[in-house]
Amino acid sequence: MYSIDHHDLGTPAAAGASVTLEIDGQTLTVPGGTSVMRAAALAGTQVPKLCATDTLKAFGSCRLCLVEVEGRKDLPASCTLQVAPGMKVRTQSDRLARIRRGVVELYVSEHPLECGTCTANGHCELQDAAKTVGLEEIRYPGRPAALATAEGLSPTNSHNVCDTSNPYFNFDPSLCITCSRCVRACDEVQGTLALTVQGRGLESTIVASQAERFIDSECVSCGACVEACPTAALSEKPLAIIGQPTRVVTTTCAYCGVGCSLKAEVKDEQVVRMVPNRDGHANHGHACVKGRFAWGYTTHPDRVRSPMIRASIQDAWREVSWDDAFAYAASEFKRIQAKHGRNSIGGISSSRCTNEEVFLVQKLVRTAFGNNNIDTCARVCHSPTGYGLKHTLGESAGTQAFDSVMHADVIFIIGANPTEAHPVFGSQLKRRLREGAKLIIADPRATELVRTAHIAADVHLPVRPGTNVALLNALAHVVVTEGLVHEAYVAARCEPAPFARWRAFVAEARNSPEALESTTGIPAASVRLAARLYATGGNGAIYYGLGVTEHSQGSTAVMGIANLAMATGNLGGEGKGVNPLRGQNNVQGACDMGSFPHELSGYRHVSDPAVRALFDNAWGVQIDPEPGLRIPNMFESALDGSFLGLYVQGEDIAQSDPNTHHVHAALAAMECVVVQDLFLNETARFAHVFLPGSSFLEKDGTFTNAERRVSRVRKVLEPLVGLADWEVTQRLSNALGYPMAYTHPSQIMEEIARLTPTFSALTYEKLDTLGSLQWPCNAEYPNGTPTMHVGQFVRGHGRFFVTEYVPTDERASRRFPLLLTTGRVLSQYNVGAQTRRTSNVAWHDEDRLEIHPDDAETRGLADGDWAGVTSRTGHTVLRATVTDRVPPGVVYTTFHFPESGANVITTDNSDWATNCPEYKVTAVEVTCVAQPLDWQRRRHAEAPVVGRKSKDGEQRKRDVAAT
Amino acid sequence: MDATQLVKMVNDIAAFFVAEATPAEAPLAVAGHLRRSWPPPMRARIIAHLAAGGAGLNELSLAAVRCLAAGESA
Repeated sequence: MYSIDHHDLGTPAAAGASVTLEIDGQTLTVPGGTSVMRAAALAGTQVPKLCATDTLKAFGSCRLCLVEVEGRKDLPASCTLQVAPGMKVRTQSDRLARIRRGVVELYVSEHPLECGTCTANGHCELQDAAKTVGLEEIRYPGRPAALATAEGLSPTNSHNVCDTSNPYFNFDPSLCITCSRCVRACDEVQGTLALTVQGRGLESTIVASQAERFIDSECVSCGACVEACPTAALSEKPLAIIGQPTRVVTTTCAYCGVGCSLKAEVKDEQVVRMVPNRDGHANHGHACVKGRFAWGYTTHPDRVRSPMIRASIQDAWREVSWDDAFAYAASEFKRIQAKHGRNSIGGISSSRCTNEEVFLVQKLVRTAFGNNNIDTCARVCHSPTGYGLKHTLGESAGTQAFDSVMHADVIFIIGANPTEAHPVFGSQLKRRLREGAKLIIADPRATELVRTAHIAADVHLPVRPGTNVALLNALAHVVVTEGLVHEAYVAARCEPAPFARWRAFVAEARNSPEALESTTGIPAASVRLAARLYATGGNGAIYYGLGVTEHSQGSTAVMGIANLAMATGNLGGEGKGVNPLRGQNNVQGACDMGSFPHELSGYRHVSDPAVRALFDNAWGVQIDPEPGLRIPNMFESALDGSFLGLYVQGEDIAQSDPNTHHVHAALAAMECVVVQDLFLNETARFAHVFLPGSSFLEKDGTFTNAERRVSRVRKVLEPLVGLADWEVTQRLSNALGYPMAYTHPSQIMEEIARLTPTFSALTYEKLDTLGSLQWPCNAEYPNGTPTMHVGQFVRGHGRFFVTEYVPTDERASRRFPLLLTTGRVLSQYNVGAQTRRTSNVAWHDEDRLEIHPDDAETRGLADGDWAGVTSRTGHTVLRATVTDRVPPGVVYTTFHFPESGANVITTDNSDWATNCPEYKVTAVEVTCVAQPLDWQRRRHAEAPVVGRKSKDGEQRKRDVAAT
Repeated sequence: MDATQLVKMVNDIAAFFVAEATPAEAPLAVAGHLRRSWPPPMRARIIAHLAAGGAGLNELSLAAVRCLAAGESA
């Protein structure tokens, strides 16, 4: 069932040259390639249909949309019939009505007539079709669904067994009309190909994988099939519990950096469904298991409903009024500053919060606190992107729109796993790959895209963790020494002297694939193949993620990527570019909004007097001209007693930052930690003031996704705790003595636009009109900028940098012979604070350690055993998954559950330029152990998990109980 | 701030600029990076460490912190 406010046009839009035709006597002009069904719909005539929907290619199976065409004797299906010049179409006639009525009658004769109690009642397309054709009686006795099994027509997934295994939707085969929309949605929209039609004729039935339950199948629970279903055969569970929604609010997903536009469908102040917006520019009507379904955390009982304070972190929390909480926090911050100086306190903003909230937090720090001790969680993910792209290209952002990938001929993915971490973009990527684009993947693991249905990477470069820069230099060596540089492009668009230095550097024999083979672990022939493919295969697009940035040479690797793109002319046009895939939904925005300690909004350094003057005048303060403390600097300063107060909005640094013991010690050393969050997270264990936060459903604002796209977040429900997050920051600022008096986040955006050149023409009104837009949005680009660096780079000429490979200090040794790297799974998000509180735990209820069979065997580890993981900084225990997805010598885990302690073992190593932690390389030893550690068992018992359902999870609970 | 940690950070920065910049430019480049990204207490700490002998700082880092110190006092 698609969104209740969606008007379906039947088939996708086309873009051919204009064609003029006549439909029911009305002359109209539409793009060539448009179906007659869509043309009729555009003209205001809805041709009855069942198997057609405008997100899927025409299929022509239901035979309901037949039309008459002048000069033709047959009755073609209007969904598969394309318009032609001069064509004259009749969509209504007695003959058509008779045939359509007969078709619907046959469908209905096989369908239970229980519309009154059906979840799709009023939105069922079969019901609509019956009304449209005027079906009044059914002449056929039909085949009651209950007889199906008795007739032996269906195997496992029998006609009369409703599959309720998926936590979010049911599949009731008795309601299925076998239109194949679900199958086609899985193929065309999601690209998983998990569904199929089994059997023929009356025996036809939809099955998942090998006629398995949905939960056991390959289904990734994106929900595309549920939305495509014209009846209630596939139906969201809340529809049966809450009832049908009555209003719709368009907003933006709060999960990954794709930033999908979603329609929240609501009844009686309860969200019933999230339906992806078909007009959404980033997602075009698609979503994933998180965005579409995993919003239950917003009403989870763990939500804190009242402000709380305590004098010491050993004390119990005490609920207080908002005024008391603000007054206490303000008095503590003032006390600390009076005693230890203006710079003894600071703040941390979050990529989970809106642009307006982030802007306000940094404003509070720079005004009410009077310093630049503001940092954001991008410190630990994409700060190297900002540094690397700013220095090479001139702007701290990705260069393309997601849609650009549909023009790419060669796609190079390095250090990213889009089908797990950015699944909606991953689906788009799959579509392009199935159209024939070539694929290069550099990743230590064999991620899904290395080999999946109808997709195989042309080259997989299983790079050894920590050697990305060596690999990028080897690729560049091939480009330079085999004459593959786009000389004219480089000569016209790049600084000549740095290019000459870079060219000489990468041409050195020590940078050849052969010389670096033992470093990267990649056969030289594969590197050469990849370099030639990228340089000569047409439009080359690079997509990268935290597997690039979270290294001691993260910034160098980003520069190496930009070098490679510039050298081959792959910047400044569609289908090309350098594209960081941001982990959280508003990483780009949090960075844009001036929440780094050295930069004001728009990436302008605090040392620039003209920039400071702008803010000084607007805010009535003197902005400190010196950089403030970064997050790791804050921890160090806390431990030496010079930094004692911290305001953290929406970020769980105690779980997400590396070397947990060090972070915990620093937090414990502070005198006033103020945490603003939905839940009592790990950081709240060290907090003195807790300010309850609001979810994305409860506030207005904007998010900026990985393609620089600014989209509106719209309030769906009133804040559960009475105040939206921006109001909390404002009240805290007022309590501190710096007055703020915004009455709506749009006023904050107006201030952002006044103070930030790349946002100067951006308004809420424009976002409402256009849907979304990509910055820069200013006088030169009033409707935004989908592709950057067209014609010339933002910095003028592109700047090559010499990228010497410097091995990380974190190396494998006899004591720690394996390299641990980390990543994400589809169903969970970041530290899991949200997704752990949803039914997504049905797919992933614990973090596991992936280990190669050879490494497992030498350690006596079998699949499912407890594995002790020890690094130079700490020790944790995870259950082992023995798999050749990881190569020998490399182990891998995720970090979604606090009891996993992934960051107990990560080190203090960080990127040389930005101090982004080196999460991706930790030397470890793995041993077989009997059980988790005491603290893990305690934490697991406390863990707020909706319902751990997997067999492993049940086993684990028994194990924990037994110990 | 722990001087050992700061020394490692400066040496890491120097390891980039030793290849990227000419020998004449490299100390200034490292010092410029420190000035633009390190807060004053950290800069003061590393300058104090230089004054105390600069143990652990490599050749380029020593030159860079000298540049930094000269700039801070200018």
